[in-house]
Amino acid sequence: MTAPNETKRNGLLGPGHSYASVTDKIAAIVLTTKTPYSWMFGLAVGFTMLMALLMSAAYLFYKGVGIWGIRMPVAWGFAIVNFVWWIGIGHAGTLISAILLLFRQEWRTSINRFAEAMTLFAVSCAGLFPLLHLGRPWVFYWLFPYPDTMKLWPQWRSPLVWDVFAVSTYATVSFMFWYVGLIPDLASMRDRAKHRGVAFVYGVLAMGWRGAARHWNRYKTAYLLLAGLATPLVLSVHSVVSFDFTVGIVPGWHSTIFPPFFVAGAIFSGFAMVMTLTIPIRKVYHLEEFITQRHLENMAKVMLATGMMVSYGYLMEAFTAWYSGNQFEIAQAVYRAKGDYALWYWLMIACNALAPQLFWFKKVRQNLVLMFILSLIINLGMWLERFVIVVISLAHDFMPSAWRMYYPTVWDWATLIGSLGLFVTLLFLFIRVLPMISIFEMREMVHGTQHHDKEAGQ
Amino acid sequence: MNPQTGKEYWRSLEEQADTPAFREFLHREFPVDASIWEDSVSRRQFLKVMGASFALAGLTGCMRSPEEKIVPYVKQPEQIVPGKPLFYATAMTLGGYATGLLVESHEGRPTKIEGNPQHPGSLGATDIFTQASVLTMYDPDRSQTVLNAGEIATWSAFLGALTAALSNPQIRLRILTETIGSPTLAAQLRDVLNKFPNARWHQYEPLARDNAYEGARLAFGEPVETQYRFDRADVILSLDADFLSAGPSWIRYTRDYTNKRRVRAGQTAMNRLYAIESLPTNTGAMADHRWTMPASEVEAVARMFASGEVNTAPWSAVWKDLQRHRGASLVIAGDQQPPVVHALAHAINDALGNVGQTVIYTDTVAAEPVGQFQSLGELVADMNAGKVDLLVILGGNPVYDAPGDVSFAAAMNKVKLRVHLGLYNDETSPLCHWHVPESHYLEAWSDARAFDGTASIVQPLIAPLYDSKSAHELVAALAGKAGVAGHDLVREFWKAHGLADDNSWHAALHDGVVPGTAFPAKAVRLRRFDMPAAAKPEAGALEISFRADPTLGDGRFANNGWLQECPKPLTRLTWDNAALISAKLAGEQNLANGDVVELRYRGRAVEAPVWIMPGQPEGVVTVHLGYGRTHAGRVGTGAGFSAYGIRPADAPWFGNDLKLRKTGRQYKLACTQNHSSMEGRDLVRAGTLAEFVKNPEFAKGELDYPSMYPGHKYNGYAWGMAIDLTACIGCSACVVACQSENNIPVVGKEQVDFGREMHWIRIDRYFQGETADPEVYFEPVQCMHCENAPCEVVCPVGATVHTDDGLNAMIYNRCVGTRYCSNNCPYKVRRFNFLQYSDTKTPSRKLQYNPQVTVRNRGVMEKCTYCIQRVEAAKITAEKENRKVTDGEIKTACQQVCPAQAIVFGDLNDANSHVARLRAEPLTYGLLTELNTRPRTTYLARLRNPNPELEA
Repeated sequence: MTAPNETKRNGLLGPGHSYASVTDKIAAIVLTTKTPYSWMFGLAVGFTMLMALLMSAAYLFYKGVGIWGIRMPVAWGFAIVNFVWWIGIGHAGTLISAILLLFRQEWRTSINRFAEAMTLFAVSCAGLFPLLHLGRPWVFYWLFPYPDTMKLWPQWRSPLVWDVFAVSTYATVSFMFWYVGLIPDLASMRDRAKHRGVAFVYGVLAMGWRGAARHWNRYKTAYLLLAGLATPLVLSVHSVVSFDFTVGIVPGWHSTIFPPFFVAGAIFSGFAMVMTLTIPIRKVYHLEEFITQRHLENMAKVMLATGMMVSYGYLMEAFTAWYSGNQFEIAQAVYRAKGDYALWYWLMIACNALAPQLFWFKKVRQNLVLMFILSLIINLGMWLERFVIVVISLAHDFMPSAWRMYYPTVWDWATLIGSLGLFVTLLFLFIRVLPMISIFEMREMVHGTQHHDKEAGQ
Repeated sequence: MNPQTGKEYWRSLEEQADTPAFREFLHREFPVDASIWEDSVSRRQFLKVMGASFALAGLTGCMRSPEEKIVPYVKQPEQIVPGKPLFYATAMTLGGYATGLLVESHEGRPTKIEGNPQHPGSLGATDIFTQASVLTMYDPDRSQTVLNAGEIATWSAFLGALTAALSNPQIRLRILTETIGSPTLAAQLRDVLNKFPNARWHQYEPLARDNAYEGARLAFGEPVETQYRFDRADVILSLDADFLSAGPSWIRYTRDYTNKRRVRAGQTAMNRLYAIESLPTNTGAMADHRWTMPASEVEAVARMFASGEVNTAPWSAVWKDLQRHRGASLVIAGDQQPPVVHALAHAINDALGNVGQTVIYTDTVAAEPVGQFQSLGELVADMNAGKVDLLVILGGNPVYDAPGDVSFAAAMNKVKLRVHLGLYNDETSPLCHWHVPESHYLEAWSDARAFDGTASIVQPLIAPLYDSKSAHELVAALAGKAGVAGHDLVREFWKAHGLADDNSWHAALHDGVVPGTAFPAKAVRLRRFDMPAAAKPEAGALEISFRADPTLGDGRFANNGWLQECPKPLTRLTWDNAALISAKLAGEQNLANGDVVELRYRGRAVEAPVWIMPGQPEGVVTVHLGYGRTHAGRVGTGAGFSAYGIRPADAPWFGNDLKLRKTGRQYKLACTQNHSSMEGRDLVRAGTLAEFVKNPEFAKGELDYPSMYPGHKYNGYAWGMAIDLTACIGCSACVVACQSENNIPVVGKEQVDFGREMHWIRIDRYFQGETADPEVYFEPVQCMHCENAPCEVVCPVGATVHTDDGLNAMIYNRCVGTRYCSNNCPYKVRRFNFLQYSDTKTPSRKLQYNPQVTVRNRGVMEKCTYCIQRVEAAKITAEKENRKVTDGEIKTACQQVCPAQAIVFGDLNDANSHVARLRAEPLTYGLLTELNTRPRTTYLARLRNPNPELEA
């Protein structure tokens, strides 16, 4: 009899690894290996883009949101598109870490740290936009229920207030989950650091972790609890974000399908981003033995599944518009397909509904270059999806007299590119200073392959 | 003339004139108090006239005399309570005709113009020009000091130069004015003419009503004023007359016309308008039947009607209808139609027995009705012949707006001494030796006549902001009475004309009209007149038609941001004029909106962007005058193109044989409405009178849907509004009135093009039917104050909430600017301050702001408030008097200004209120009520009354 575990673990770790070799390999990237030039280059690019963000934000605060292309009736533009897009990307990390942990999907192990970090950075990028897009950003705190001398509270019926809570909770829990997961590895780094200063920093961050049995016991419980806490958040955050639209009465927004549709889309885009990042990094840092073909293939399958869900969403949007008999909904559906922005709509369909169909083929799932390209296409497609929802719906609602096209300005693009810069910069710094693969979980896997599998095989 | 050489030239002339100005200049360099006090508008006089308050508020930061600022109330003026506005009656003239006004004044600052209900030309309503005139008064670009050759000079220096010139009694003086309706000024001018035997008085303004007066001369042998009584007319035929948005007293005519169209439950009477027009106008949009044709072809139709032999369709049906309503019909000819059409219209009215019924003849309002284009031609001829020693231009801007074939500017050089009195240092003033700033009508005493002759005293609301003089004061100086104040001049005149005692004078000031001054009807006899043979236009040649711009008029308002940004009723363009062409012509010439073409007419050419206008007659290109200013000020300079350059003096309104050539270049036009089709949505509901009789509720939809939740109970007031689409003529007066009342900023062309105009009320214009001849619908849309307001639910900070009297209130200082409310507003009436649009820096601009309305800064949302400041003021007054607010006590700014009385505001809780009664009318429907927004503003469907014979 073949143990199910065996098939599961097959291909998740290259052969011949011991505890020490795993730890060496991962820790060395941070501690001893010479920083590759590609890292330098990547950081430089990211940092330059980040400067675009700082500059455009500074100009934005100076002049006002009028520097963007938003207008009446399209009062939400790139800022909200980018916000939803980044939040969606930020879904993969917690999904991989928490939900797959609870489902005991061990293949998550080598990519979870990385995905969680990506989540955090994506949420950071996302969190910027609601702030930037305010007409008066200096009073952003009015969205929080704080003890105000005028006894004013937020208006609880507004989905934007729910957003504040959903996103900030998600950011907090994601950070805790990520940090807690880091603690044993920080201790490993502390122990391996040659430089006293470095050892000191890791030591402080490791919070006195000694690897005692009691530590491990408590740690496992805490980690599991956090996973349990994070799991509903994966579903809730994007559901709440989708409420921003469903609660509105704008044709193209006012739809009950949005929460599951958004969550599926978020996972779809999140995995696409993980794949976009993983494929080059495993190559550069020679991590093919830890992040194996099977990991990538599994991710492709998840993307295929969520891509189908998203496609179903597109179909249902069109169907319900027709089935409702509501002239405004029908006009909106027709406008998307045939109106001024039809090119973008069909590009979105091509990216999100058609492109992932290639993942049905094993050959595609094993072709790194193709997968990398597909993941980029899906990232683009998901950005377009948000553009379609936010901009096209607003450009064409109830009063034909108010219809107007939206055109982004150079500052819209600068802010989008700048947020990518923030993301890339944070990611490169993370790769440089923290173990990007969970060392202790990999060691567990080594333990599994060395002992349990043998036992099972005997 | 090159300005540089002008300056050179001037310096030498000044030396020649022994330079009292130069000495004055030296004196000014080291000012002593005495020089300021000597000035004719001395503080003492100004206190005497207007009360001390103006000194406090009006002059902040605008005058060079700082001591005015710190004068305290030694004794508080009796009527002035800080925070409480006062209203003064006055009048504004345009084209010589007065519109009576009540001007709101806050601590001495005029802030808002309203119509004077007692004035026959206004009846309480106004138009966009009067509304916007208050902004012109505070315009920082206004001319502020006397200029001598472009250099700052003084009034006394000017007087010196003038006196020197006038010392010769045989001086060949020429005075060029616009149309003068002011009795005092006319008397003064005649006085000057008497004093100087070689003096002449010329008149010119580009929109002169020469044709109307000439037509009357043709028909009756003398120029008479024609008054139309639309309140008595059941069938109206318009021969290219846009009497619902242009011409004298259109405000009054609109009221009379729409009053005959309000069909309520159980009624069936409605007037009928047949409009023949040469470009789509508001009048055509309101007509029951509309035909477009080139302006040159209207004459043939007029001849046919005048001959009484009307046999061709559709005219035979029109003629029958007119004859059925003998004595209650009306034929009106447009000012741009040639005199013969006017004469024919008089003849048709005569034949229909309308004279004395719907058509009344009186003396002319213009004091001297002359052919102004001819008058200008004579003046220029004299100037060119060197027969003019002194030219005094009182107002007007002939260098800019003289016809292109009259080279006024070139002729100027041949005049020895040239003086210009004007509000602005405009195109004309740099070519004059002396420029004297003109006092705005809100700053000066004058008088004026309404279309029916009723006189009003124009009283100032504020002391002149700058060192300016009124035309009266300048003419007084010509007559050797320099230093006599405008007030005394006007008072003196009226002492001899019925207002001898102070009581009657004060009553006239208070009421805004001088009783008993309306002209009596004049008996005129139609005589046979010879008709020149109708010119046969060349087949296939393009016709050009010149029209006053709907929002800038003849160009005098070019520096007024409110008017520049007010969308033109039919094109919805802002900040530019365009050559209007038909879709067919565009197809033939392969032209799209914004394509620049060269318009070559009679050898002169101008480049203009084209705009495809549905309903434009096929072979006609319409250009609007009033744009292309080069010296308008910061707002108006450079906007649009000037059509004056190709306008001929002998045919100033239309002509044949225009050549149009595509240049291949593009010009950006800022339009506020890009989509003109209703897309089959029932946003404007319309029907015919016959349909209404058959089924009065044809337009009605569900207003309130059942709900599981109990609605809010309104125990006090529940405000609401009703808008009658049958009445709304799309004139946009409400747009500007709202802007004035609510401190709405001007955003500029680029921002309008972006879609960021800030108007709280917009007038949607929809076309229906064929492009060549569409039906036009106007629909004013502002915040509906929904009971279930979609905006309120989504605001994260509660910055937009419901009040206990049902208003959807916007709290600016709570708004963080998420713009979610705007996205969720199905009517798209919310406006966002994307940038810092409000001008909070220009000192004079700040004075206009309504102190009872917050000036919004960047990053906050705003929208119509139902003029909550007026609502609250009335509520406070009522509460103090221990009563409820009575119906009609509160008028919103848009309601108050509306010439058609299309907007009614009031308490829905009071079943007898006007608005509640209108809401109960069968024609009432709500906009997008299927969304269950339960709007408080409802509409009354548009009714047309087509002739059944023509409908088939």
